[in-house]
This record gives sequence, C-alpha cells and structure tokens, in this order.
Amino acid sequence: MAGVTMEAFTTLTAIAAPLDRPNVDTDQLMPARYMRRPRQDGFQTFLFRDLRFDDAGNEIPEFVLNQAPYRKARILIADRNFGGGSSREQAAWCLSDFGIRCVIAADFGDIFYLNAMKCGLLPVRLDLHICLDLRSQLHAHPGITVTVDLPEQRVEAPDGRQYEFTIDAFHKRRLLEGLDDIGFTLRHEAALSAFELGYRQRFDWLFDYER
Amino acid sequence: MRPECRTRGAGRRYRPRQVTSCVSGMGKTLYRKIWEAHSILEGQDGQTLLHVGRHIAHDGSYHAFEFLRERGLRVRRPDQMFATPDHGVSSRSHDIAAITDPEQRRVVELLAKNTHQFGIVHFALDDPRQGIVHVVGPEQGITQPGLLIACGDSHTSTHGALGALAFGMGASDILHVMATQTIWQQRSKCMRIAIEGIPSPGVTAKDVILAIIARVGANGAFGHVIEFTGTTIRSMSVEERLTICNMAIEAGARAGMVSPDDTTYSYLHGRPFAPQGEQWDKALAYWRTLPSDVNALYDRELTLDAGGLAPMVTWGNSPEDALPVDGLVPDPAAETNVERRAYMLRTLDYMGLTPGTPLEDLLVDQVFIGSCANARIEDLRAAAVVARRGRAVVPTLVVPGSTQVKLAAEAEGLDRVFRDAGFTWGESGCSMCVGMNGDVVGPGKRCASTSNRNFVGRQGKGSRTHLLSPAMAAAAALTGQITDVRKWLA
Repeated sequence: MAGVTMEAFTTLTAIAAPLDRPNVDTDQLMPARYMRRPRQDGFQTFLFRDLRFDDAGNEIPEFVLNQAPYRKARILIADRNFGGGSSREQAAWCLSDFGIRCVIAADFGDIFYLNAMKCGLLPVRLDLHICLDLRSQLHAHPGITVTVDLPEQRVEAPDGRQYEFTIDAFHKRRLLEGLDDIGFTLRHEAALSAFELGYRQRFDWLFDYER
Repeated sequence: MRPECRTRGAGRRYRPRQVTSCVSGMGKTLYRKIWEAHSILEGQDGQTLLHVGRHIAHDGSYHAFEFLRERGLRVRRPDQMFATPDHGVSSRSHDIAAITDPEQRRVVELLAKNTHQFGIVHFALDDPRQGIVHVVGPEQGITQPGLLIACGDSHTSTHGALGALAFGMGASDILHVMATQTIWQQRSKCMRIAIEGIPSPGVTAKDVILAIIARVGANGAFGHVIEFTGTTIRSMSVEERLTICNMAIEAGARAGMVSPDDTTYSYLHGRPFAPQGEQWDKALAYWRTLPSDVNALYDRELTLDAGGLAPMVTWGNSPEDALPVDGLVPDPAAETNVERRAYMLRTLDYMGLTPGTPLEDLLVDQVFIGSCANARIEDLRAAAVVARRGRAVVPTLVVPGSTQVKLAAEAEGLDRVFRDAGFTWGESGCSMCVGMNGDVVGPGKRCASTSNRNFVGRQGKGSRTHLLSPAMAAAAALTGQITDVRKWLA
C-alpha cells in the first residue's frame, strides 16, 4: 500500500489522460473532508471528488477520468503548478490508488512533488509547451499511450518524439528500487547518534524545559 | 542505466558534512547557517540528511502514528516533539463532544492517546496552550531562531518569521521524522525579497505578502527558500512577520525566513519554552550569529516598494490572483495568453464574477476572521478597530488562533467589541480556513476571509473565497461588500 511501502517504478507504457487546467491544487485532488479516512480503505474514490462526481455521487461525464479511454489511464498530463497547496500526502495516495503512476506537468508544488515519490508516483517536469503538445496529441487520439522511462529519464510522446527530464539521483534510485526510506536512514545509526549527542550538548537549552 | 544508479550502500556514498570555510570572504545566509548546523550526512547525490530540531504535530498527523505502530517503530526523540489539535476542533466549544464528525473526533482523541503513549508534550483541547500549531509554536517559545522545524502542514513556513528554517511535509516524511528525527533534503536555492518603505495606513503585512505572491506567482519561488529583508520587515512586529512567512508557501517556496533581530529576541524573552537565566544568555549569543552576513550571496533577488501598496483582495482561485482593492475584476478578453485566458474564464465562472466589475462592488455572504495567517492578537485588534464602527450585516465568524490569543482578546474586551458588532466569537482552531470542523462557506456563497487559500472548494464545496486582511474583513462584515478599509480609517 502506497504511503507505507511502495511499488518500484522502471518503465511505464500506458494510456495518458490530458488534464487541461493549471493550478490543480491538493484541495482539488482530494477535498479536506476525506483526509481522516484510514489508509487501508484506499483513497481512489476521493480523487478529484468534486470534479468527478456531483452532489448525488453520480459521475460528471465531462470530467476526463470519467471518459471511456481514460478510465484506465496510468499517466496524467497536466499544465503548470500541479499539486500546489496543502501538504496532505493523501492527494498523492488518491492518484496512486486510482492507478496513476506518473504525472507530467510544467512544475509541481514542492511538498506534493516529494510526497508523490514517497508512494511510487513519478512526477515528471517538462516544459509547458511540451505539456501542451502532448495534451493536444492525446486529444487527437484519445486512449493513445505514452512511455515514461525512468532509467533513461525520457518520455516518449505518441508521435515518437522523445523528451528528457531531470530527477535527482536520490529519488530516482528510491523509485527504481522501491527503497524503504527509514531502513535506509537507520543504516546510518552511528552517525545519527553521534550527531544527536553533539546537538544536545551544543543546544542544551532546547532540552531544558518545563512541561 | 545512468552511472549514479549503479552503486548504492551506506558507507561509500554518504559522509559527514565537511566544515566549510568561507571562500574568498563570501558570507552565508541564515538558511545556509541553519542548514549546516543540522546537517548530519551529505551524499554525492545532492541529498543531505538533516537533523530535525523540533517536530510539531496536530490531529492530522494521525496517519503517520498509524504507520509507526504498524511497523513496530517508536518515536525516536519524544522530547523534540510537541503537539496540539487544531484542524478538526470545533469553534463552538472545546468539549470533545462538540466535534460532531466521528472521524475528526477520533483523530483528536488519537492525538491525545498517541502523545501520552510516547511521552510527547501535548496541549490538549482543554489546555489553555491549545491552538493552531503555527500560532502556538511561536507563542509558547517552542519556535526559536536557528531551529530546523518540521510539521505535517504546509503553512509550517510561518515559523521562519523568528529566524528558524521551517517547512511542511506529508505523512511519509512525518513518519520518517518520528522514527529517525531526520529528513532527507536537497538544499534549496535562496531568494531574497527586500521589502522597503513605510506602508500607508490600512496596508498590512497581509497586503504586502499578497502583493509579493501576485508578483512572484503561485509557484514562482519553487525550489527556493525566501528570506524577507528590508526596512519594512525590520520595522514589523514578529506577528506581522509571521503573516508574511505564513504565505511564503503560496509563492511555492519551501520556506520563508526573516533573520532574527532585537524584535525577535524581545518577543521570545519570558515565553514558557524559551530559555531562561544563563541558558537565555547562551542561546542569545548563538542567535546573534545567525542573521545573514552582509556579503551573503543569493540566487535571486527582488525588491518590493511597500510604500506604494494599496490593501489587496484576491478575485480568483489562486493566491496569485491578488489586486489592489480599488481595482476591477480582470477581463479575460484582454489576456493574450490562451491558457491563462482559459483559466480566467473558468475561474470567473466558478467565482460568479463579471469582468470589469469594481472589486468594491462585490457583495459578500459571510466573513471569516481567523487562520494561521491572521488570527493572532494584533490581527484581532486591527479587526476590532473597524468592528467598533458598526454592526455586521452578514454572518461573521471570528476564531482566535490559539486559546492564549482568545484569553488575551477577552482580557482586552475585544470579544465584547465583536459580539456587540454582531460577530460570532469562537474557540481557537483552523476552522473555516480549511473547512474540516463543520465551519464552511456554502456552495456559491462569497466569503471575505483572512485565511491564506482561495482554492476551488477550499472553504467548502462551491465556496467563493476572497483573501484580505483582518481590517478589510471587518469592513466587509459591516458593509456586506468588499470595502476599502482606508475609507473607514480616514
């Protein structure tokens, strides 16, 4: 289950859905009223809750993920400033539980970008004009696939063009191997303990307080 | 496969931070100094393992506690963790039974249980120190200069106002901090925003930061921390600086910071968790080494003339959509960028606005004065100055940022001012800013709000939010429309 352990990401060829709007903040990705649900129940039904469903819980047919070819989309191609706002990791869980493994956008909210990679969801930054071009290809051929190659850091568009993207080596390795953060950090136990000892001596006033 | 992915392992790739001497007299920023003081290991991959000086938790941190338990882990350094419930608490009463949503009630109860189990300082619902984490941290002196502070909430940037490095994080990182007292990060770039000049009467810290976000863009500071400098910042109180840093995240920055000065130190002196006696002198001596060096280099620099600003109001669904109150609802027809025009059309439709309408003609259905942006005592005083002049014509909710703020306001008689003006006086918490406690803006309703986000559905499904300062919100309450508070203060 994403959020605790994660599925490794290598290369993905899948249907991509176009999301033609900027500033898709985490409140849109997942409204706050569902934030306290238990993780194990799954968050896929809350993804874009107020854009996907009306008040009666019926699907809004115009929304892209409610349209036939895109119900099985595993890649989302968005615009600028995707995932800004709240730090809720639930926004990434929603996407991941729905089956989305990769979001391509011009830029991402800082915390969302980090949260996404924690649950095996790859955020790919490509220039805005490339995002626009990719989306127009998707609109022209609904249901067409896009390939995202993490080892080579490359996106292959439906028209065969290839675009390189950047990702830092640390997160790339974690995604490729589905590495566990905490286990990895605790391998450095000796360094952690030594640092803590020094910190507590140097900044002793931080540890001398009345409850 | 690229070469950096071939090797892995603890020993070779990460090493303790090397002490760096200043290259050719180049100074360091506040950010750099705090970063270095918390850096445990540096990797060749650009990542640094940072010690978290203090971790602040709230009712929303419950997923991370669940993960901790599922994995059989414990909180590594409970004496570096502090907690108080805020997101889901009722503004009507701090009796636990007043939380009507069983899920919200459960996580508030779980916070008490989890903090008790692990021995974490917890300001419970009935504790006079309870409040919004970002109000409580500074108020109690838990937030101090030079600290690296992490919290599972994006507005953690607030704490940077005291010269701390503070940022928000999601549940996986909260879990990581609880289990290891560390976080992996890549060092951000540093952006200096110099705010100069004396703001006109009626122009507040909220207006300054809204003007900055409008200029930088909602994600314009991505990859950066922002250090706010300049004469305006220096003459601002700590509370005003908290408002500025609170919304640094709305410009996309990882953190907002202000170098500490005598204003910071006198604010902290005597606060419950601030050092005392000889410890105070020792801490102060350290804090005085923290301000950015005069010759420090920044990756980006920007200057804002605060003297030329008017009170600001947002019209759209992003905090970058801020305009002077005497402006007009923008016209998409005048926008040449196709994508931007499409965004404006959809936004105006959602917000129920007609291009060209003066912002001051917009009628509001309700008013909210609260949130970690604007619910400290100075904010309530500013709202009360206006509230004394009339009576609310629309439902108006005032929610103090903490129980301490509430008690202080009541000691000054501000609660009576608000009640006499027909405002509702609530119990502290996040309330209508995030709409998780039952305080919501109705579908299609227009709200003048002192909070920090005007996102689609943020304050409730279909809510239409206009962000503004506490004084402007109070003026909107009295007139039932967006109002230039300068006319009221004249």
